[in-house]
Amino acid sequence: MQYSEVVMDHFKRPRNVGTIENPDGTGEVGNPICGDMMTITIKVKDDRIDDIKFNTFGCGAAIAVSSMVTEMAKGKTLEEAMNITKESVAQNLGGLPKNKLHCSNLGADALHKAITDYYERKEGKVRKTREAEKVEHIGEREGKCYCPYCDTGLPEPAPLCTHCGKPTLQHSDFTIVKGAKKE
Amino acid sequence: MKVIYLDHISGNPLHPKVREAIIDYIQKDGFGNPVSQHSIGDAAMEILEDARAKVAQLINADPQEIVFTSCGTEANNHAIKGVAFAKAKKGKHIITSNIEHQSIARPLRMLSQMGYNVTSVSVDKYGMVNPADVEQAIREDTILISIMHANNEIGTIEPIAEIGRIAKARKVIFHTDAVVSCGNVPIDVNEMGVDLMSIAANQFYGPPGIGALYISEKTKILPLIDGGVQENNRRAGTPNMMGVVGMGKAAELARVEMPQRTEHLLKLKKAVMDHLGTIDKIVVNGHPEKSLPGLVSFSVEYIEGESMMMMLDEEGVSISTRSACASGSLRTSHVLIATGIDHATAQGTLVFSYGIDITVDDIDKAFEALRKSVAFLRNMSPLYKKG
Repeated sequence: MQYSEVVMDHFKRPRNVGTIENPDGTGEVGNPICGDMMTITIKVKDDRIDDIKFNTFGCGAAIAVSSMVTEMAKGKTLEEAMNITKESVAQNLGGLPKNKLHCSNLGADALHKAITDYYERKEGKVRKTREAEKVEHIGEREGKCYCPYCDTGLPEPAPLCTHCGKPTLQHSDFTIVKGAKKE
Repeated sequence: MKVIYLDHISGNPLHPKVREAIIDYIQKDGFGNPVSQHSIGDAAMEILEDARAKVAQLINADPQEIVFTSCGTEANNHAIKGVAFAKAKKGKHIITSNIEHQSIARPLRMLSQMGYNVTSVSVDKYGMVNPADVEQAIREDTILISIMHANNEIGTIEPIAEIGRIAKARKVIFHTDAVVSCGNVPIDVNEMGVDLMSIAANQFYGPPGIGALYISEKTKILPLIDGGVQENNRRAGTPNMMGVVGMGKAAELARVEMPQRTEHLLKLKKAVMDHLGTIDKIVVNGHPEKSLPGLVSFSVEYIEGESMMMMLDEEGVSISTRSACASGSLRTSHVLIATGIDHATAQGTLVFSYGIDITVDDIDKAFEALRKSVAFLRNMSPLYKKG
């Protein structure tokens, strides 16, 4: 198995699974098309994270990351929790395989989003719906496509991480005789 | 803990009689080179030719039409590149499907970068190629059609005989990748009308690291590996004799035992399907009837495949997943996408592949573990609660 013992432990016995009823903040990141999706809900008391729970759709690493990030954030002040990074999550897990590092990204992002959501609610801001959020799944770096969650660069027209989910064929240099029946 | 191995598509366990044959070969001979002109070489040659005849008999070919290779991938590469290079003067157009194994798709990609034209026909929702699409794609300069016999991810068996008739009428060389079907379903190269066919021994209880390419007598093809006169100048290099012995024995057993094996596999398949029917929100992939008896691919909605695979592994059940997260490239399976399944559902795809060493009890135990992991992971999934 490619995972560390800590990862396997958090995968097999994930901590803080679930959703908090009437949370003070919610952070949702990822996309099932990409293979991972994570929702973190928090309860805040005296500027500290009093309770935190997660729901995750994803691989073993994504589940372990969710569990670890909630463990790390629990009881911390909001400022301390904002300083939890993908690096510290991965480090606490005893490392992640290179192609799974993006999962730790997702965990920290979901946590930070939940905290931001808490502040925004406090300020009385109207909550943005997920649909209204800017889609930043496909990025370009040095002329190459990449997904911010799947840090490995993708050969152009990325087949996986497009928000719209339209599959580009794997071999774009081939001629297509007839479109496969989709949708 | 006894491991229940349900990943036969990655390689079958050795048949006890195959193991015996290999050990027997090592103990009695084990080193003779069939090319040598002395008695030890002659003895090795006899062993080699005996195995060749057994492989030929499995697919109703002439022994001289069987070329041993190092595996199925080599056979596929040989067929594609060998024909492309031999026929380059006649034309540079090749027809394939969009669900082929990487050992077909990648060589074709290389050829397309070298100036060859590749037409890839699409499949329907069952992963089935329409022979009419193949016929429509044939051009003046078409030199090769390569369509797999059975798909390794979803098990669908393609209409090879129909495509074979089209290829013959239009005088185009026809190759089929029968790696996962040969030895598991009846194959007759003449009835199927193929000129080239790839085979791998570890798909029918032979050892890994040995395969064969059937090359019909009239087919013009260049060798992939050049050198000596072995394999009638079609594949140079000292043959893997232990593999050859194992493959010969495995082919003989497959031919003799096929009816009983099929009956057993279909019984297991029914058990798998019955179990699947009792789990909520499952999509079964591949053709409902025209498919391999020893494989079932299905997608579990709202959860991801790698986490299921890991949980089953913990419970002593070895399976395979087609989730993008579990593939090194983080890409969704091209086969599943070709069938039109959406990306999110594809992420939850598992492949159960079993064999003669598996019992209905093993399947029941595997599903007990699967049910547990599905409940556990769905409880954790943000998608399930929304759905």
